[in-house]
Order: sequence, then C-alpha cells, then structure tokens
Amino acid sequence: MISIDFLDIRLDVIWSYRELFVRGIGVTLALTLIGYIGGFLIGLLVALAKISKKKWIRIPAKYYVDFFRGTPLLVQILIIHVAVIPTIFGHSLGPFVSGIVALILNSAAYNAEIIRAGIQSIEKGQMEAARSLGMPSGVAMRTIILPQAFRRMVPPLGNELIALLKDSSLVMVIAVNDLLYAGKVVAGASFRTWEPYLTIAFLYLILTFIFSKIITYVEKRFSNSYVPSSRRRIFSFGRSKGVDSE
Amino acid sequence: MIKIQGLYKSFGDLEVLKGIDNEIKQKEIVCVIGPSGSGKSTFLRCINLLEEVTAGEIFIDGIKVNDEKTDINDIRTEVGMVFQQFNLFPHMRVLENITLAPKKIRKMNPKDADELARQLLEKVGLSDKAKAYPEQLSGGQQQRVAIARALAMKPKIMLFDEPTSALDPEMVKEVLDVMKQLALEGMTMVVVTHEMGFAREMGDRVLFLDQGLLVEEGKPDQLFNHPKHERTKAFLSKVL
Ligand SMILES: Nc1ncnc2c1ncn2[C@@H]1O[C@H](COP(=O)(O)OP(=O)(O)OP(=O)(O)O)[C@@H](O)[C@H]1O
Ligand SMILES: [Mg+2]
Repeated sequence: MISIDFLDIRLDVIWSYRELFVRGIGVTLALTLIGYIGGFLIGLLVALAKISKKKWIRIPAKYYVDFFRGTPLLVQILIIHVAVIPTIFGHSLGPFVSGIVALILNSAAYNAEIIRAGIQSIEKGQMEAARSLGMPSGVAMRTIILPQAFRRMVPPLGNELIALLKDSSLVMVIAVNDLLYAGKVVAGASFRTWEPYLTIAFLYLILTFIFSKIITYVEKRFSNSYVPSSRRRIFSFGRSKGVDSE
Repeated sequence: MIKIQGLYKSFGDLEVLKGIDNEIKQKEIVCVIGPSGSGKSTFLRCINLLEEVTAGEIFIDGIKVNDEKTDINDIRTEVGMVFQQFNLFPHMRVLENITLAPKKIRKMNPKDADELARQLLEKVGLSDKAKAYPEQLSGGQQQRVAIARALAMKPKIMLFDEPTSALDPEMVKEVLDVMKQLALEGMTMVVVTHEMGFAREMGDRVLFLDQGLLVEEGKPDQLFNHPKHERTKAFLSKVL
C-alpha cells in the first residue's frame, strides 16, 4: 500500500475510514448551507428592523446583533444546546438541531449588518423617487432598494459564507458529526494523529476553494454595470450619476 | 389646486421655512427662485410630503395633505416629481422605469402600461431608448425619461426641483423644451429653477424665496424688471 517514510504518513488508514469523512463533508455542507440560508433570511428581517423608524422594533434588533457579534460562537452553541433548547422544548432536539440553530442565529447577526449597510448605501434619491410615484415603502424597498443593495452586498456576503463554513466546525463541541468530528473519531480509532487532521484540513481547503470560485462567479455576474453585455469588472460603491456617468 | 397656509418647517433647531402662504391654481406655471439654502427644495418637498411639515397646512384639491387620515400615497400619485439628480432606477430598463409605478400602483395591465410608456417616450423624444439602461443615457436623456416616468402616473401637478442644474449646458435645452411642451398642454407646474430664461418665458408667476420667507412674488415681467424688495434686487443683480 501507499506509504511515505518521512513522518510515516499512511494514507491507507484514511482510505479505510473514507465513509466517515464523506459523511462529515455532508454534515458540514448541510450545516453551512442551511445555516447560511436561514441566517440570510433572518438577517434580512433583522436588518430591516434595525433601520425601522419604530424604536421598539429597532432596539431589540440592535441588542440581538450586539449579543451575537459580541460573544464567542462556541459559547452561543453551548448555551443553545444545553440551556435554551432544553428549556423551550423540555428535552434536547439533538446536537445537529442545536448546531444549526446556533449557526443560523450567529450568521444572521453578521448578515444583518452587511444587509443594513448595503441598504443604507443606496442613494436616498432612489427611495424618494419611488415614494414620489406613490409607492408604499414596502414596495419601494422590494422593487427598488433591495435589488440594487444586493449587488453591493455580494462580496461581503460571500466572505460571510466562507467564514461560516469554517466556523461550522465549532459545533463539534456538542458532538455534531461534522467533518472535524470525523477527523477526531478517526484519530481516536486509528491511533494516528497526522493523517486524519491533515485530511480534514485538506478537505476544508477544497470546500473553501469551491465556495470562493462560486462567489467570484456570482460577483462577476453582479458587477457594477447593469447593462448585460458590457459589464465592467471593477466593483465600486456609489455609482456616479448624471452627465458624467458614461 | 394647491393651497399652502402658514407652512413652517424646521430641521431640529434649523428653521428652513418660516411661514409661507400661497395658492397655486390649475394650469398655473409657478417658478420658484432664490439663493442656495433659501428653502426652495424644502418648500417643494413639503408639497408631496417628502419632508414632514412642522406646522401649517397644505391642501391639494381641497384635501389636506399633512393630515393623519390622508393616504399620502394617494396624494403622491397625483403629484409627479422630477429631481435634480434624475433618480432613475439604474437596475431597470427605461421602459420598466416608466411602467413600474403604473403597474404596481395603478394596477394597469402590462400591455397598456407598455403602450403608455411608448407614447410618453415619443413625447419626450426618446422612442429609440426603451430598451436602454439609464447608465447608457446622457444626463439630458435621463432627465427626459424621469419626466416620462412621472407623467406615467397621469399626475395633475408636476413638481420640478432644479431639473437642469446637473446637466451640461448643451443638454439643458432638450429638457426645458419638454417642460415647455408640458406647460403648453396645461399641466400645473411648480418649478424650482436657476433658469431665469425659462421663468421669464413660461412662468405665470415667480416666487422669490430668501431665508425661508416668501419675500416677493409676481408676474415674471414685474418681478424681474421691477422688483420691489432690496433682497430681490440684490439676488437678481447676481443671477441676471
Ligand atoms: N434633511 C435635512 N436635514 C437638515 N437640514 C436640511 C435638510 N434638508 C435641507 N436642510 C437645510 O435646509 C436649508 C434649506 O435647504 P434647501 O435644500 O431647501 O435649499 P435650496 O433653496 O433648495 O438650496 P439649493 O439652491 O442649494 O438647492 C439648508 O440650510 C439645508 O442645509
Ligand atoms: Mg435645492
């Protein structure tokens, strides 16, 4: 079988545990994608709450974001798993659910800030033009502001996705069987240290590489110009308006 | 058509409009002039409540605009506004810019809305630009689309806030021509402008605002050639 003398790396050990790693990748991807989509949707609501004119909507949203950005994710995972969920449901819903909930709530807080900044980066005149045509603010937000704001959010939201992929490994602390957990199990079972951990590091690297390729593609699709054929590459905030726009 | 009584507006401690009374009749073209910071834009923006009125009353067609019970969106559909910076929606083609509000707010069916938009584009001389994005247009073209967009709601009143100030000189005329045509068709218009030529030629009445007060008003000939107040004279001597 394959073996390398230096450090005595034995890839055959890894190969024999391949199913564990594959399942780990699956769980990590599920955590990341569900966490991201949930985090995006809740983040959108929190962002809208944060820019609300009503204080009783704005203030709780602010505390929410401050809490989840101001405390370690590891602490949040533990609080949710051992305290929040058992208190609400009377029993644990399993580590995977706890992990997902923690990741969703955490990434929602970060996404909320990105989305809020994106919305506020749109020129005031856009909202005013929409309102002056008689559009209610909700319609104006959906049809005029958000479509423009999302383009500007693509790069930071992309970073957030990659950060979440890596941070998802923290759920191992409550024994979710993700990729990191697979590494740990294999290490324990095979009495090897280098191979399992290097393997999962390598697998994480491949995942982040694939994700960043996808993000780069999306960024290009949604670059500065709205004209389909002549999309410019340079990303810029604050589109120049008026006579010098061409 | 528009009745303004004791209009007062402040931003925090800053008093911007200090009690303005005026009545604008149907089909009247009223031009508003005055130095920078005198409150011209604020005056205009109070009419369709883009700015909250601090005190005073505004009536449009007898309906009090700044009233809790008034649906401001209904009022705004009757009052078109054209901005200095055009404010076209950059993510939509010209045609969609124009049809969006009629479809969403007036519930017009898409076919009729397209037809209406094409008529309006023809009117502003941009029939060939329906499929273009705003960024592909010159400033003057963008402003003409903005006028078409406002007209698509079939407003009774049009408000213009320095519609030509952001334009290169050679594009000013094309926009003013569209406005003149509109005036000749009998639109009620309130125009904040630095284009004294336009005010002179098209205005039925000119209001001179200074430091939040309506200092003087009159027919263009009277106000431009025989101003009564010192402040009006001083301002006109600078801009004419
Ligand atoms: N949203 C705002 N918050 C605070 N101050 C404001 C706001 N909008 C306008 N102002 C102030 O109100 C005053 C009048 O502004 P306004 O825009 O109405 O003047 P203007 O006559 O239109 O001037 P310009 O010819 O430069 O457009 C200015 O001092 C301005 O700084
Ligand atoms: Mg102004």
